[in-house]
Amino acid sequence: MLEIKGVYKTFNPGTINEKKALNGIDLTLNDGDFVTVIGGNGAGKSTLLNMVTGVYPVDCGSIKIDGIDITNLPEYKRAKYFGRVFQDPMTGTAADMQIDENLALAARRGKMRTLRNGVSKKEREEFKELLKKLDLGLENRLTSKVGLLSGGQRQAITLLMATMQNPKLLLLDEHTAALDPQTAAKVLSLTDELISAGNITTLMITHNMKDAIRLGNRLIMMYDGKIIYDISGEDKKNLHVSDLLELFAKASNGEFANDRMMLA
Amino acid sequence: MLSFLQSLPSPIAQGMIWGIMAIGVYITYKVLDVADLTVDGTLATGGAVLVVLTTAGVNIYIAMIVAFLAGCLAGFVTGLLHTRFGIPAILAGILTQLALYSLNLRIMSARANVPINWRMYDLIVSSRTDVLPKTILICAIFIVAIIGILYWFFGTELGHSVRATGCNQAMARANGINTDSRKIIGLIISNGIVALSGGLLAQFSGAADVNMGRGAIVIGLAAVIISEVVFGKIFKNFALRLLGVVFGGIIYYIVISIVLKLGLNANDLKLLSACVVALFLGLPYWKSKLSHKKAKKEKKGEKVNA
Ligand SMILES: Nc1ncnc2c1ncn2[C@@H]1O[C@H](COP(=O)(O)OP(=O)(O)O)[C@@H](O)[C@H]1O
Ligand SMILES: [Mg+2]
Repeated sequence: MLEIKGVYKTFNPGTINEKKALNGIDLTLNDGDFVTVIGGNGAGKSTLLNMVTGVYPVDCGSIKIDGIDITNLPEYKRAKYFGRVFQDPMTGTAADMQIDENLALAARRGKMRTLRNGVSKKEREEFKELLKKLDLGLENRLTSKVGLLSGGQRQAITLLMATMQNPKLLLLDEHTAALDPQTAAKVLSLTDELISAGNITTLMITHNMKDAIRLGNRLIMMYDGKIIYDISGEDKKNLHVSDLLELFAKASNGEFANDRMMLA
Repeated sequence: MLSFLQSLPSPIAQGMIWGIMAIGVYITYKVLDVADLTVDGTLATGGAVLVVLTTAGVNIYIAMIVAFLAGCLAGFVTGLLHTRFGIPAILAGILTQLALYSLNLRIMSARANVPINWRMYDLIVSSRTDVLPKTILICAIFIVAIIGILYWFFGTELGHSVRATGCNQAMARANGINTDSRKIIGLIISNGIVALSGGLLAQFSGAADVNMGRGAIVIGLAAVIISEVVFGKIFKNFALRLLGVVFGGIIYYIVISIVLKLGLNANDLKLLSACVVALFLGLPYWKSKLSHKKAKKEKKGEKVNA
C-alpha cells in the first residue's frame, strides 16, 4: 500500500551544515501492517515520515500510496491519505479552537471546505460518543479551548483526529515521548485499540524498544539515514531488547553507548 | 466638563469608524497571526475610491461596495506576494502599501486631497454636529452587520480552516488545509473591511487624503490592545471580542480628544500612539521574562535548602 523507492534527502546541501538525513530508503508496507520504527537520535526517522507526508520535498526517489504517485503532491493535498500524531502535543491541535472544532477540522480532511456550518449538531453528538471512549471526561467539555487541556489529553484528541476517517496510513512520531509514564501508557494502549479497531496500516516511531517489540507485526531499525534491519512475524515476536542493542552496536561500531536508545 | 460631554459624539463616531478598521486589523493580527501593513495604504484607497466615484455621480452605496472590493484586491496582492513570492508578510504588506500610495494618487488624478461636499452629495455619515446622532446610528448598523457576517463566516467550514491556519499551520496542513489560500482569504477580508472604513472616514472628514491611512496599523493595534486590557476577561465569545475591538477604537479616540484638550500638540499624537502601543506590545515579553527570573531564583533557593 505504501511504496517508498530510493528516497534520499540532504538538508542544507553545499553548506557547512550539510546533513544527509536519508540515504536511500526502500520500504514497502502491506495493507494492515503495523510497523514500529526504532533508531538513535538523528537516524532520520522523523525525516522519513516528513518525506511521506510532504513536509519537505524529496531529493530523489518516489513515494506511492495504493499505486498513486504522491512524490510531488503538496502536503495539504496528500493529507487525506494520512493520520498524523507528532511528538509535541502542541503540534497536532489548534490551541485557540474548541475541542469540537478541532475534531470537525479533522473530519473534513480531504474534503471541500464550504460555507456550511463548521460543526454540525449531528457531529457534536458523534464527537461526544468518541470522547466518552477516551474516559478522560472530555465529552462534557466539547466547547473548551484545546489549549486548556493537558499534553496527554491533547495527544488523545490528536489520535482521535488522526484515526477519524480511517486513513490509509497512520503515522506516529514518538507521540508518547513528551508525556509522563502513566499518561504515555494510557495513550499507547488507546493507540493500539484504535489501530486494531480500524485495522489501520501504521508506521510508529518509538524510542522505547520494549514497545517496539511488543506492538505491531513488523519492526524496522534505522541508522544513518538507512533501514538497517527489518523483521516481522514470528522472528519479531521472539526478539529481545538485548538482540536489538547488539544489532545496533554492530551497525554503529560501538558508538551507541552514548545514545539515548540505551536508556529506553 | 459639560463642554467635554457635548463634544463626545464626535470622537465616538470617529472611534466607531476606526473601530471598523480595527476589526480588519484584528482579523490579520489575531486570527491569522500576521502583522499586515497593507492597511495604511488600503484605508486611503477606500477613501479615494469612494470620493472619486461619488463625485462622479455614482450612488453612495455602490461607491462603498467598490471601495470594499478595491480593499479586497489590495489584500489579495499582499497575499500573493507573501504566499507565491515567498516574501515575509510584513515586507509584502509594506510593498503593497507603497504601491498603493502611487495608485491612490492616480485614483485621485494626482491630487493629494479631494474634498467631498455634503451639500452636493448624499453622504451617509458626516462630522457635522446636527447629523452626528444619525452618523453614530449608521456606524452602529455597519458594525453590527460586519460583526454578524464575520461571526457567521468564522463558524463555517471555510472560516474554521482560516482560524486553524492562523493558530497552527502544521496542524492545518496535516488536516488537508491549503494554508496559503487561507492566508490570502484572511488578507482579502481584512483589507476589504479596512477600505470600507476608509470610505466612511472620507465622508466623515469631508475629503479623501492620500495620507489619511498613515499609522492606521498602529491605531488598529491600539484598539485591539485596549480591548484586550479592558474587556479581555469578560468578552470571550468571538463576536464580543470584535465588539470589544470597536470599543477599543472608541476609547482610543475619546482619550485622544482628552489629551488634545489638555494641550497636547496634535503633531505629537502619532509619537504618543506609537509609545503606548510599543509599551503594551512589550508587556507580555517583560512579564514572561520576570516570571522566568522568579522561577530561576526559586530553583536556586530550593538547591540551597536541599
Ligand atoms: N529541517 C531540517 N533542517 C536541517 N536539518 C534537519 C532538518 N530536519 C532534520 N534534520 C537533520 O537530519 C537528521 C535526521 O533528523 P531526524 O529525522 O529528525 O532524526 P530522528 O527523528 O531519527 O531523531 C538530523 O541530523 C537532523 O539534525
Ligand atoms: Mg524524530
